[in-house]
Amino acid sequence: MSRRPDTDPVIELRGVEKHYTMGEFTVKALQKVNLKIYPGDYISILGPSGGGKSTMLNILGCLDQPTIGEYFLSGSDVSQLSDNDLSKVRGKELGFIFQSYNLIQQLTVVENIEVPLYYQGVSEKESREIAVELATKVGLGTRLDHRPNELSGGQQQRVAIARALSCDPAVILADEATGNLDSKSGSDILRIFDELNAEGKTLIMITHDEAMAERTPRVIRLKDGEVAFDTYDQPD
Amino acid sequence: MKVIDIINGASLFRLKRAVILGVKSLWMHKLRSMLTAMGIVFGVCSVIAMLAIGEGASYEAQQQIKDLGSQNVILESVKPTNNTTAGEQERSLILEYGLTYHDILQMQATVPGVEVTVPSREVKDFLWNRTNSVDGVVLGTVSWYPKMKNRDVLRGRFFTELEMASSAPVCVLTQSLARQLFPLDEPVGLTVRMRTSYFRVIGVIEDDPAVAAAAEGMEGTSQSSGEGMEMMVPMSTLKDHFGDVLFKYRSGSFEAVKVELHEVTVRIEDPDQVKPAAQAIQHILERNHKDVDYKMTVPLDLLQRAERTKQIFNIVLGSIAAISLLVGGIGIMNIMLATVTERTREIGIRRALGAKKKDIVTQFLIETVMLSGAGGLLGVALGIAIPVIITHFAGMKTVIEFWAPAMAFSISVMTGVLFGIYPAFRAADMNPVEALRHE
Ligand SMILES: Nc1ncnc2c1ncn2[C@@H]1O[C@H](COP(=O)(O)OP(=O)(O)O)[C@@H](O)[C@H]1O
Ligand SMILES: [Mg+2]
Repeated sequence: MSRRPDTDPVIELRGVEKHYTMGEFTVKALQKVNLKIYPGDYISILGPSGGGKSTMLNILGCLDQPTIGEYFLSGSDVSQLSDNDLSKVRGKELGFIFQSYNLIQQLTVVENIEVPLYYQGVSEKESREIAVELATKVGLGTRLDHRPNELSGGQQQRVAIARALSCDPAVILADEATGNLDSKSGSDILRIFDELNAEGKTLIMITHDEAMAERTPRVIRLKDGEVAFDTYDQPD
Repeated sequence: MKVIDIINGASLFRLKRAVILGVKSLWMHKLRSMLTAMGIVFGVCSVIAMLAIGEGASYEAQQQIKDLGSQNVILESVKPTNNTTAGEQERSLILEYGLTYHDILQMQATVPGVEVTVPSREVKDFLWNRTNSVDGVVLGTVSWYPKMKNRDVLRGRFFTELEMASSAPVCVLTQSLARQLFPLDEPVGLTVRMRTSYFRVIGVIEDDPAVAAAAEGMEGTSQSSGEGMEMMVPMSTLKDHFGDVLFKYRSGSFEAVKVELHEVTVRIEDPDQVKPAAQAIQHILERNHKDVDYKMTVPLDLLQRAERTKQIFNIVLGSIAAISLLVGGIGIMNIMLATVTERTREIGIRRALGAKKKDIVTQFLIETVMLSGAGGLLGVALGIAIPVIITHFAGMKTVIEFWAPAMAFSISVMTGVLFGIYPAFRAADMNPVEALRHE
């Protein structure tokens, strides 16, 4: 069993709740979530359908804000930020990897990797260097000028990983990253994740695949919007 | 901090990348982009082309009117249609009508600023060279006729005041008449005969611009019909040779006509006084003539009427332009709204990767402006080409004023901005979570 590290957390959720109001009903998609994520954590978030996984990802990813509670990212409270500042935080502190890759179709491999750098205002020359380096790192050094539709699913997901890494974010969020891939490509992607974590990256993976629970040192299970299990909270 | 942010955001580097991105996005749907821009292309093109044609037409009309002299009042004798004194006239067998010397004297005496007058009188008959004749007109006039009528003397000279005073038997031929009577010879110095009188040719004058224009229109059919076949002689000479009463033998019956002056051109010294002077002249004529046996033309009036017509034309044109650009703009807006919906996912991705709302607004606005700008450019090119082609093939005069393409282009760009704002803001206002979920 993994133990809770002594360092300051990179992410801290305090009493976070997310409520959806639908007419007279209020659905509590998340409730009483207290969570600390530490630098270098490698986490699987699991749970049944409707358990609150996507809601959790949206809040962690600063795409949505909690109804109640506080969210500290790299030490600052982001639960009350303006849309503008939130955009900036997303680009700088977080890297997203989606189930359906979500590459921009009209752009080439390098250009896709450059998108977050562009929004951070990194110069053309520098961002090109970073993008080429990352593309090479994920094994696409020879496909720099290909378009997404000329690549296999596994290759596209590797572009997405390179893109998520481009701004050197504090945390990488992956939502069912292997969900659309065959087992070979899927395990390739997972191996990259392992390597990234070994390099010290913080990774949070959302999945419904129980096999993942075996792979990551820390597992968080959500049920009815609550944290039902966290490896770090288990007695040794 | 904020200001620096904005400067950063608007930096040339980002603009350049945004433009490149816009080109790529538009290029993804080449046909759609082209069709969308078409509305603007035709709007801009038709505005420029119509303006050029309208300007050309009104320029020609104004030129013709200006040739008549904007300081002139032109009076012509006209055979009255409903002759109230017909019985009396028939008894005397001589039809008497038209402008008289008396009219002119009175004008000169009572209307201030009447500078010069060019009276003229015409006799229609056959004009002979040695062997052949042409059906022509002898015009009795004054020595300052060419200057007043803006007609150049091409060869030789016009007759002088001295020749007027001495009723010299000299004449000046119009170019067409000279060509008919003396196709091979230099006409100056030769002699033209009319009935029993001989006149020495001293000069050749250019054709009446109106007649020349009409002749150009129907390629030579009017050449022999007497139109423009004018021989100008001093007023006094004409009177000496033909008297006041003209006898015509036309279509089997004799007709005796007495017309003192066929045409009088009155020049008003002060350009601002043309209208009141014209009114005063009208009063004199109304008092002196029981029948309306004269016609008064005020070129300045015509000019102003032409200008008013042009103004109305411009208003109509402006409305058409506005409507066509509106239609083009709505077309662009329609497509951009569809594009925004279609690219909802892309917008979500960009937002997740750090794009601010204003980045999304900029991106879509640049795309619409590029669409409308490209449409505008193409429209300007076509709008310039069409009048040039019309001028080349139809011989119609067209005038492209430099501001027309510039204005049409900037309006097309503005249309892009105006109609791009709503779709762009709609794109930016999308919820990132929902945008990412979009299929
Ligand atoms: N936008 C929304 N509006 C209303 N209810 C929502 C919305 N998003 C999620 N929910 C509800 O919140 C609960 C958690 O959903 P979700 O986070 O999508 O779970 P999971 O991803 O684990 O399947 C569900 O009951 C779902 O119906
Ligand atoms: Mg879900």
